[in-house]
Amino acid sequence: MGMKRRSLDILVGLFVLAGIAALFFLALRAANLGSFVVSDGYRVHAFFDNIGGLKERAPVRSAGVVVGRVDSIDFDTKTFRADVRLSMDSRYQFPKDSSVKILTAGLLGEQYIGIEAGADEKVLADGDTVMLTQSAVVLENLISQFLYGRAADGGQDTGGGDASGGAK
Amino acid sequence: MIDDIASLGAWALARLAGLGYGFRFLMRLTWLSVLSLGRPRLIIEQLYFIGNRSLSIITISGLFVGFVLGLQGYYTLERYGSSEALGLLVALSLSRELGPVVTALLFAGRAGTSLTAGIGLMKAGEQLAAMEMMGVDPMSRVLAPRFVAALIAMPLLAAMFSAVGVMGSWIVGVQIIGVDPGSFWSQMQAGVDIRNDIGNGVIKSMIFGVICAFIALFVGNEATATPEGVSLATTSTVVASSLVVLGFDFMLTGLMFGGF
Repeated sequence: MGMKRRSLDILVGLFVLAGIAALFFLALRAANLGSFVVSDGYRVHAFFDNIGGLKERAPVRSAGVVVGRVDSIDFDTKTFRADVRLSMDSRYQFPKDSSVKILTAGLLGEQYIGIEAGADEKVLADGDTVMLTQSAVVLENLISQFLYGRAADGGQDTGGGDASGGAK
Repeated sequence: MIDDIASLGAWALARLAGLGYGFRFLMRLTWLSVLSLGRPRLIIEQLYFIGNRSLSIITISGLFVGFVLGLQGYYTLERYGSSEALGLLVALSLSRELGPVVTALLFAGRAGTSLTAGIGLMKAGEQLAAMEMMGVDPMSRVLAPRFVAALIAMPLLAAMFSAVGVMGSWIVGVQIIGVDPGSFWSQMQAGVDIRNDIGNGVIKSMIFGVICAFIALFVGNEATATPEGVSLATTSTVVASSLVVLGFDFMLTGLMFGGF
């Protein structure tokens, strides 16, 4: 009886362990819990005219490396712009005149924020605002600018109007 | 005319009484389950029958659901040139929906039926009545440990189903079709949220555990104590559990994921 009871305990223990292992697999391998948790980071604001499809928790990348996450997205009723709060990893310091823009990974991919370092000697601190921002590229605006550009260029016959350069 | 109204009233009252009876049954079962935690030996025995014995069907089904998701997901995503999102697609559908729901359906078929049949046969063999004669409450000795074991087993089984499914789609997607393994995992990790997706999936499977265990035990306990009654009860356990699980899944999905 004792032996049988013990083997039953072992089997049930293995079952519970397998279930917990599966949960850990999902948490670590599928959701990547352990990778990038901003614990003691600093927060900066950035105001955008248009954030496109940017979502909370989207990555902030510099040179392709994740250096922070989008913490919250609000609408500022005074300036009518999007107020995006970025939670940056304290290991990475950026000059005060760095610029941020909203980029898209691939054609249908997720949107993320790219940050490019400036030349200022002072670095961004907690609560600062990034002044240089570039909004998400909205496809409709791009197309309409392109079409208007073509129409304007059509009379002069210069050809190859680079309409996308005006996208702000 | 008056007779029709009277029969409608009688029907409604009988439904209401049945609902109240079921609710009282659940409350009493919940309270006795809390008490039964003091006798873990009974729970471990049931956990073996409900959990370990369901392992094979859950893992094999999970593997094949993963295979099929890998093939079908690749077919659709390839049309839009984004086949590297396969990992994300599979992980989200498994952790949010398929893991909890298919596990609950399989659980109702594998463990729910055996719970109902076991209790129905104990009733038909007058074992439950004999227990009562000896002053042992069958609900705390027989039903409560089974209830607790089912509640423990369901989330664990659903997690195993999802994990095995992800591995199955990895086998098909990465090993056989040749999706880039780096983007398979990184898209999954970028898109699956631990609290929203995996946490809500676990909550779902816990609720499904309560539903399946309650229906199986209630129907078994109320079965007519004859061979026909037990076989009818087994069938209605599967039908009722499946329908209630699917209905609740729709509501839970609406509550959990409908907001954005």
